[in-house]
Amino acid sequence: MAIKLTTYGNTAGLNHRFTVRLARDCSAEAMNQADLALVAPLAKESADLAQYKSFAAVITDSPVLFDKLAAAGIPAVRVQSTEGYREGYIVTIEPGSGFIRTIFRPESPHNTIFTTDRCNSNCIMCSQPPKEVDDSHLVEENLKMLSLIQSSPEYMGITGGEPTLLGPDLIRLLQATKNKLPATHIHMLTNGRLYKDLSFVRRIADVNHPSFISAIPLYADVAGVHDYIVQAHGAFDETVEGLYNAAEAGLAVEIRIVLHKQSIPRLKQLAEFIYWNFPFAVHVAFMGLENMGYVRKNWDKLWIDPVDYMDSLGEAVKYLYLRRMNVSIYNLQLCLLPQSLWSFARKSISDFKNEYLEVCAHCTVRDHCSGLFLSQVNRHSEHIHALSVI
Amino acid sequence: MTHKEFQIIQEYVSPVRTYSLMPFRFMRLDRGSVLLTNDWGEFKIIAPDTFERFIHKQLDTTGTDYLDLRAKYFISDTRSSDHLRVMASKYRTKKSFLEGFTKLHLFVVTLRCDHSCPYCQVSRQSEDKTRYDMTPEMANRAVDLMLRVPARAVTCEFQGGEALLNFPLVQDIVLYATERNRSIGKFINYVICTNLSNLTDAHLLFFKEHNIKISSSLDGPAFLHDHNRPCSRGSSHAFVEHNLRRAQEALGQENVSVLMTTTKESLAHPRKIIDEYLRLNLGSIVLRSLSPFGFATKTMKTIGYSSEEFVEFYKKALDYIIELNRRGHSFAEGYATLILTKILTPFPNSYVDLQSPAGAGFSAVAYNYDGVVYASDEARMLAEMNDTSFRLGNVLDNSYEQIFFGERMQAIAAASCNEALAGCADCAFQPYCGADPVYHYATQGDMIGNRASSGFCKKNMAIIRHIFELLRQADTETEEIFWSWIHQANREEMKLPKVPWLSN
Repeated sequence: MAIKLTTYGNTAGLNHRFTVRLARDCSAEAMNQADLALVAPLAKESADLAQYKSFAAVITDSPVLFDKLAAAGIPAVRVQSTEGYREGYIVTIEPGSGFIRTIFRPESPHNTIFTTDRCNSNCIMCSQPPKEVDDSHLVEENLKMLSLIQSSPEYMGITGGEPTLLGPDLIRLLQATKNKLPATHIHMLTNGRLYKDLSFVRRIADVNHPSFISAIPLYADVAGVHDYIVQAHGAFDETVEGLYNAAEAGLAVEIRIVLHKQSIPRLKQLAEFIYWNFPFAVHVAFMGLENMGYVRKNWDKLWIDPVDYMDSLGEAVKYLYLRRMNVSIYNLQLCLLPQSLWSFARKSISDFKNEYLEVCAHCTVRDHCSGLFLSQVNRHSEHIHALSVI
Repeated sequence: MTHKEFQIIQEYVSPVRTYSLMPFRFMRLDRGSVLLTNDWGEFKIIAPDTFERFIHKQLDTTGTDYLDLRAKYFISDTRSSDHLRVMASKYRTKKSFLEGFTKLHLFVVTLRCDHSCPYCQVSRQSEDKTRYDMTPEMANRAVDLMLRVPARAVTCEFQGGEALLNFPLVQDIVLYATERNRSIGKFINYVICTNLSNLTDAHLLFFKEHNIKISSSLDGPAFLHDHNRPCSRGSSHAFVEHNLRRAQEALGQENVSVLMTTTKESLAHPRKIIDEYLRLNLGSIVLRSLSPFGFATKTMKTIGYSSEEFVEFYKKALDYIIELNRRGHSFAEGYATLILTKILTPFPNSYVDLQSPAGAGFSAVAYNYDGVVYASDEARMLAEMNDTSFRLGNVLDNSYEQIFFGERMQAIAAASCNEALAGCADCAFQPYCGADPVYHYATQGDMIGNRASSGFCKKNMAIIRHIFELLRQADTETEEIFWSWIHQANREEMKLPKVPWLSN
């Protein structure tokens, strides 16, 4: 089941956007209550208001308590339900609109540091199209989030937009990540184009996080096709140069390929290109299309049923496997993959946007399957079906 | 929110007006198709008419052939930069066996031997230790030289004669090297070449203690092995069979290997030879041809053969090995593995016999029993026939610089790069082959040699061509077999893995 990470509530007494960790017990951590928002469910509405005063805000599903807090001048947010607001979650709350976004969940392997909406590419299949906005405030919010994390998660993503557009602020963020989460695997999605600047790459490498991977997309073995897909002249050259700079600076790189009508025709050649030119890549991920953002707009240019590219994918995977490259398949359902490729398929879809179809209820390998993106529920391969193997 | 307008694909992949050819070599294979290779060994096989269009710059610049050739750096155009750094890196990777300089150091601890193999020019049936044994002083100076090379890992290989006949010196060398290396910190990989006829428990104990690997010889089943390798003390084959097992048990299977040498007698028995290797639990074989250094003509007539005869034998044996693998055995052929690694991977192979620059001096050096330093094992064999053309110096008299960078070594170096040898420089197999100044000097009287009549060239051309044919015909299974050889892996490991949770 997909999990809802954003909601709108009503706010009172808030005057700026802020980032807080959630507590469900008002006796908790009396020292740092200014960094906490107290989640106060319905039952608490008769409680003494004094105990709420030192919190940054109180989140409640009780209209009565909300009105009381508002009247007492205590910052408050009223939501439909407090169920999704667990102890230790970190959220960002906007006054006025009452927009609340959950940005960190301790138990999830899918947390990310969202760095910016801006991007220097404009990929035709971008699931989260770039926006030309000034969102530089995100740097401080992310630093705040990092400072609020109580226990290190196993994985943390860094994403955007294009994180490298932050320039020196990215280094600050990485430094904070290293200080706060030295034992966490950090996985940064970047198009690698700004890695063409070796001194910048060296500064990232100098942060020296013990487990940091730059996941860089390469969509073709020739410049034209890659540049078309990312809609930027010269991008292929920059990314190739960037991959070499990363290797030279000692940064681990993963190479990502999104599978669609434009990348499939040269998939085998791309695998060859990767092996011959980037044998240092620690991981190669072939990724099914997420039906979001530009994908809907460019559907006819992009859509090819996975069943129809399975031979190409199988060939590319086998090519790299024989050469001892570490290969994964993301976002593709087991019923679309031949059994020979199952061991490469990962449950890659983040929990908050992961869904299964009705037909999947009867499938015996459902628990091992990536399932679908929420966005694919109404538009997906016609070949999805329940399997009965054990 | 507005988004940027998408550009159509023609904005990025429209035809380019013209293109340049990057440096490449080519060769016609059978059925007219053309093999293209470049300096770091990437290749592409194209149809004859595509080749014509390619070189006359008439390819459709949006077509598959064009893009394939572009992606493998056979073509350059204005669509993207030339990625000189990428090409340089690939070339550097392919030649990275040169990093650290000479890594294989052969110590000929004695020429004395209890075998009298007709293909060995150097051994002596003698009890006279003073005449044919290396002295401890020479040995120590040789160790000093070995520890001078920049490589972080070196191999110290004990050769003979029969090295175990001078076991005390082997011990001295290992102990001295260990002591000297304490402050230097190299990784020293020890190998002892022995016919196993004198192997004692004391030997094995010492080998175990110092991680010394054994390299022995096995030419085939008893009738063939004993014919090739007569021993004064009994059946050489019986010694090998018995002591191979002991050594495997004491040191572990992976620390014991054997070499095979092909004689005229061997040519008729490819299957029996390989079956014998299987019977003795050996996981691979290197089908080696004779090194024709300094034989008397009479001997050559008895045991020698032409390159063509060897290649015919080699193909039969290789076919049989592939067949065995298809039946489920994991068994590799070393020479094919070496060439496959060169063809199919961006990485080098450290086998010293097929390199450019050639291994002599660059990758290997031999310290002879008398303290004289030769550029290779073959070079010191040549010296036993009174030809010291490849003498680099003497451990007692000459410095590291004099030995490794002296005039002699420079003359050898000049004939060591097949990139610059007549007949090799424009050969499509150049990146997969090597140079061999010692061979050509020995057979043609000239380090550079003449490829048209070179047995080295004939043999390697035929074998590499054969391997390309095998690759072109390879089905999934053959491909897996070849990769299992390259990775020194089990056949099963090359199959796509099953998910652990699936029951069958």
